[in-house]
Amino acid sequence: MAVITYLEAIRQALFDEMARDERVFVIGEDIGAYGGAFKVTEGLLEKYGEQRVVDTPISEAAIVGSAIGASYMGLRPVCEVQFIDFIACCFDMLTNFAATSRYRNGAGVPLVVRGPCGGGVNGGPFHSLNAESFFLNTPGLKMVEPSTAYDAKGLLKAAIRDDDPVLYFEHKYLYRRIKDEVPEEDYVVPIGKAALRREGRDLSIITFGAMVYTALDAATELARDGVEAEVLDLRSLAPLDREAVLATVAKTSRALVLHEATRTGGIGGELAAIIADEGFEHLDAPVVRVASADTPVPYAPQLEAAFLPNVGKVVAAAKRVMEY
Amino acid sequence: MSKPSEWLTDNQLLEMYYFARLAREIEERLVILFRQSKVVGGLYRSLGQEGESVASAYALKRTDAILPLIRNMGALTTMGVRPREIFRQYMAKGTSNSRGRDLNIHIVNLPGDGANEPVIVGPISMLGDSVPVAAGIAIGARMRGRDLVAMAWIGDGATSTGPFHEGLNFAAVQKAPLVVVVEDNKYAYSTPIAKQMAITRIDERAASYGIPHDLVDGNDMLAVYDAAKRMVDRARAGEGASLLGVDTMRLQGHAQHDDARYVPGAMLEEWTKKDPLPRFRQTLIEKGTVKNKQLDDIDRVAKELAAKEADLAVDDPPPDPVTLTRGVYAGDDFAVPRLEFMASPFRS
Repeated sequence: MAVITYLEAIRQALFDEMARDERVFVIGEDIGAYGGAFKVTEGLLEKYGEQRVVDTPISEAAIVGSAIGASYMGLRPVCEVQFIDFIACCFDMLTNFAATSRYRNGAGVPLVVRGPCGGGVNGGPFHSLNAESFFLNTPGLKMVEPSTAYDAKGLLKAAIRDDDPVLYFEHKYLYRRIKDEVPEEDYVVPIGKAALRREGRDLSIITFGAMVYTALDAATELARDGVEAEVLDLRSLAPLDREAVLATVAKTSRALVLHEATRTGGIGGELAAIIADEGFEHLDAPVVRVASADTPVPYAPQLEAAFLPNVGKVVAAAKRVMEY
Repeated sequence: MSKPSEWLTDNQLLEMYYFARLAREIEERLVILFRQSKVVGGLYRSLGQEGESVASAYALKRTDAILPLIRNMGALTTMGVRPREIFRQYMAKGTSNSRGRDLNIHIVNLPGDGANEPVIVGPISMLGDSVPVAAGIAIGARMRGRDLVAMAWIGDGATSTGPFHEGLNFAAVQKAPLVVVVEDNKYAYSTPIAKQMAITRIDERAASYGIPHDLVDGNDMLAVYDAAKRMVDRARAGEGASLLGVDTMRLQGHAQHDDARYVPGAMLEEWTKKDPLPRFRQTLIEKGTVKNKQLDDIDRVAKELAAKEADLAVDDPPPDPVTLTRGVYAGDDFAVPRLEFMASPFRS
């Protein structure tokens, strides 16, 4: 098995799916000759031509709107939003049009919107967003965010084959930093299934995306003090793997919810509510959230470091839970 | 250059009149149902705009795609949608195309290539969104090698939205087989056109996108047909998108609750005189080969059909609340009834 980067895994999934299914095409800004802002789509134009690698004007509403129309014609569009922050520009198309289409008239919209999310690269307020909570309250959409190269490939394949609109968040901090073994043969990672990244008996850290690595580092540090943390990587944000969430809480009786988006109204609140509703009797301590500060994403390295969750913040919160 | 309308047979001209009359009669029947509280929610009429809706859609093939707005009932009658479907929708029946989940003419029909049916994608309430979706239907059909022209209708208000401009520009760049009909119907809800745009010809919305555009008298059905047919033929020949402006007027308020007191009386009076239906009648009579009796018969047939179709829908069951959570995602086998079509009496 080849060891490849998270970014290469995404690209492989695009190449594979376009080869496997002639209905799949990619559409977005600067994705053709330039190969995309992060070079994810590099080489696709040469192999598949302008018909299936569609460079667009700077028009996110037209990208997603025309993808909806094309999906009605039996195609499977994969839209690239150059930075996930720009998904706000097609919010209406996704929430009002795509997400409601099947419910309204049985007209499925099998499209994928993928784009780089996340901070830690000093991208400032408009190139660092984590957008999942904007969409969590929209029935009809699915959302995934891989943390490994293996999942990046398998989840994108699953998203492209899914008959509903899927938002695929790829964390830009992981693009070239994460490498792991990825099979060349076909496989999918099913949407809606979390993965246990570390087993532990004392505390569950429930997280996803780049924060999986923060959680693992925090777990290593906690282990030095004799606290064994379990790390659950959600992988899918809609639908959530409620069974896996409740299973780990039943096992450890303590839950720490960790995400990179800002705290208020974040997915952590939903996870805490699920645990409170359905797992209350398992709990020995309150559920705590570790998330980014409730501010726009700041630019200066000193400010962004203060804004983002980190190992120290996770360890401190975990200790509060353990000492409760 | 001869006008495309010169090639229309008497039978086709009568059929156009029938589709426009049927659109009006369906809405007249809906008004009755609305007053009986059988229509759920609002009723948005196309009074005065039936002519342009029919005449533009009449330029399409039966297998083309339409993206009508709430005021394009005439596009639906022209493409052969069975009136019962409209009544079911407006009365929120469980048998309706949206199974009671969505209102008025928000209906969808997505036949495969080769089926003798139109693609229909009803609007969502963010009306400008139809334009990029129409562009995608046009481009998607072309990618699949399907002979299809898409036609989307947009009111003057929705031409001020971002998606309208993004969609039109993208369609222009892609040379998509698309015709966008923009309706200057004088008011967007209560907002007059002068507060909507600083141009006086609505078709100039297309000027910066490098596509052909034209403005015609929207209450002259043959003028609309001629312009639409040229644009549809151009799109089908692979020459790209066009925009057709129609000068018309919404003769009632935004919906039944709106008494439209913001409309000057003289203006309404002037446009009522230009009502496209009596006007088209007059045109046909002046042609000499069509008789008043034929047109009277059409009026009667359309009225009777609307009443009969409404009766067929009125006792349909409402949706069952146990179905509430079905069909949000794929895979739970919640079937949508197929949209029914009806042949016009003018087609064998």
